[in-house]
Amino acid sequence: MTNQKEIVSKAEMNRIEKLFQTKPNRVLNVYFTAGYPKLDDTVSILKALEASGADLIEIGIPFSDPVADGPTIQASNDVALNNGMTLKLLMEQLKDVRQKVSVPIVLMGYINPIVQYGIERFCEDCAARGIDGLILPDLPMFEYLEVYKPIFEKNGLLNTFLITPQTSEARIREIDNNTSGFIYMVSSASTTGAKTGISEEQEAYFKRVNSMGLKNPRLIGFGISNKETFDKACKNANGAIIGSAFIKVLGQEGDMEANINEFVNGVIR
Amino acid sequence: MKIKVDERGYYGNFGGAYIPEMLYPNVEELRDNYEAITSDPDFKKQFDQLLKDYVGRPTPLYLAERLSEHYGAKIYLKREDLCHTGAHKVNNTIGQILLAQRLGKKKIIAETGAGQHGVATATVCALMGVECIVYMGEVDMARQKPNVERMRILGAEVRPATSGSKTLKDATNEAMRHWINNPTDTHYIIGSVVGPHPYPEMVARFQSVISAEIRTQLKEKEGTELPNYVVACVGGGSNAAGAFYNYYDEEEVALVAVEAAGLGNTTGKSAATTTLGKPGILHGSKTLLMQTEDGQVVEPYSISAGLDYPGIGPVHAHLFETGRGTFYSVTDEEAMKAGIQLSRLEGIIPAIESAHAFAALNQMSLKPDDLVVINLSGRGDKDLETYIKWGKY
Ligand SMILES: Cc1ncc(COP(=O)(O)O)c(C=O)c1O
Repeated sequence: MTNQKEIVSKAEMNRIEKLFQTKPNRVLNVYFTAGYPKLDDTVSILKALEASGADLIEIGIPFSDPVADGPTIQASNDVALNNGMTLKLLMEQLKDVRQKVSVPIVLMGYINPIVQYGIERFCEDCAARGIDGLILPDLPMFEYLEVYKPIFEKNGLLNTFLITPQTSEARIREIDNNTSGFIYMVSSASTTGAKTGISEEQEAYFKRVNSMGLKNPRLIGFGISNKETFDKACKNANGAIIGSAFIKVLGQEGDMEANINEFVNGVIR
Repeated sequence: MKIKVDERGYYGNFGGAYIPEMLYPNVEELRDNYEAITSDPDFKKQFDQLLKDYVGRPTPLYLAERLSEHYGAKIYLKREDLCHTGAHKVNNTIGQILLAQRLGKKKIIAETGAGQHGVATATVCALMGVECIVYMGEVDMARQKPNVERMRILGAEVRPATSGSKTLKDATNEAMRHWINNPTDTHYIIGSVVGPHPYPEMVARFQSVISAEIRTQLKEKEGTELPNYVVACVGGGSNAAGAFYNYYDEEEVALVAVEAAGLGNTTGKSAATTTLGKPGILHGSKTLLMQTEDGQVVEPYSISAGLDYPGIGPVHAHLFETGRGTFYSVTDEEAMKAGIQLSRLEGIIPAIESAHAFAALNQMSLKPDDLVVINLSGRGDKDLETYIKWGKY
């Protein structure tokens, strides 16, 4: 059964797809943890990021056991949870986010809070708020294909899978076939925020993947922290993702908006 | 009903491999190779030899006459406390170190709660001359000091897990993060039937020697391989899975799993997952999990560091859901009393984890001709300080 809403959502191009069509290079995606540093900062951070030139924003749903994250993002998760952040509250905060910002937004989260919220309800609530995509790093591919994909698609949500330097070529192809929006290229074998700088070995991996002719755009994340690393990443991908370094900015003293503006401009300038 | 893992690593609704991509190549390597490696005759020969000559297997199946008299049933103890290093954990670490060698891994990491798995890992690493790092929650390091020093004497590095609640769950997080950061030369020896597939099944198979021996020994002593009850405590569930494994499909054998109820299941200070948990995903598998409505993992509590885990292995979630397993929970107080009772009746001071299994005897309605096997998973030496603090003996 096709209803009016579905026809409309298919006709409108997803904001992430539109972004890569109009800006195939130097896309800056910035991650922050919802509920950090203060419970109600979500919308102000989104606005400040959009105003200062971020192209894509990734909102992290805090989790008690973020195994893929290093100390900085772990700490932001702890603070957010102690502040009282929940997925329900985040959905509340995002209720009329599309009246405030038009930048593409993806939600990133470990699977358990989403399973408890209910996957159908979660996707419907995302769609109602104008969320464009999801990154669920511990969702197995087969379960995505068999259970989640139809629900994502019905709600106009794109799905990003990750690849790492250890991912085999065959699996990169498989991921490329099942990703929509963009591929998240983890820059090195590490948790978030662990390494500084980009080595020649990493650049070789960026080049190797760049030459594979993948269908999806690629954003490089983990260890991207400033203009230098952003520029290096952009040489062999469509852009990059900054997480831990931005969380540190949010933790700084002073006017948050000004800090965000200064940081983002320092990176993309 | 057959209890069996499927191709994707599920026991019914539980199990699987919920891991970030960074862990995928390692877990895939293990999944694709562990059956071939462990069924290789050379591997089996070396594994059996080490279990016999190094661990001291078979461990005795001991008829506990005074305990039997007290409870009015025939009670046998499977003496895993007599394994080298003092608990069943070494059965698994021997298996995994041999596997790691065949996978060409040069370094070993592990997590530990009570320290028994850490000691068992440090031991096999010393035996094989392999570098070993053990993550242990800061809180657990304080309450299981002797085991911290045992690991250090054995040459392992003990790294405190300082994130979250600083106990077993956090030590497991840290070990997983270490593995993400060191994906090629390192093998992660998980200490229980938890984690992403194939760990739960692999660890259960290494521990299944427990029930294989029980069957042979019981046949010799009682003329039957099948007791009425097999009883074991459940933290993650490896000693229980080992004691149950060769009885999964023998429906007349009741499988009794005993969880830690801490200060009581209504106090907010418990680790009784099947009573307090809901289906959820932690450390790579879907299982029963103690969590908030928002899906945040709840910090469990038990006097016993080895049972202080917010989940259980997926096979136990399946045994619970299908009714194949019978689950009891036992408070700190009941467990400590049972530990003292076993000491007085049989001259055996059990690990406080194992004492939980004995306390469940009070909740079972036993008949005089019932044959009961209790898996005595470890000895109490590491818990002396807790016994002393408890004081009521
Ligand atoms: C003696 C003993 N028994 C039981 C356990 C609990 O683990 P599992 O449920 O995996 O057997 C531990 C864990 O440290 C232990 O040391």
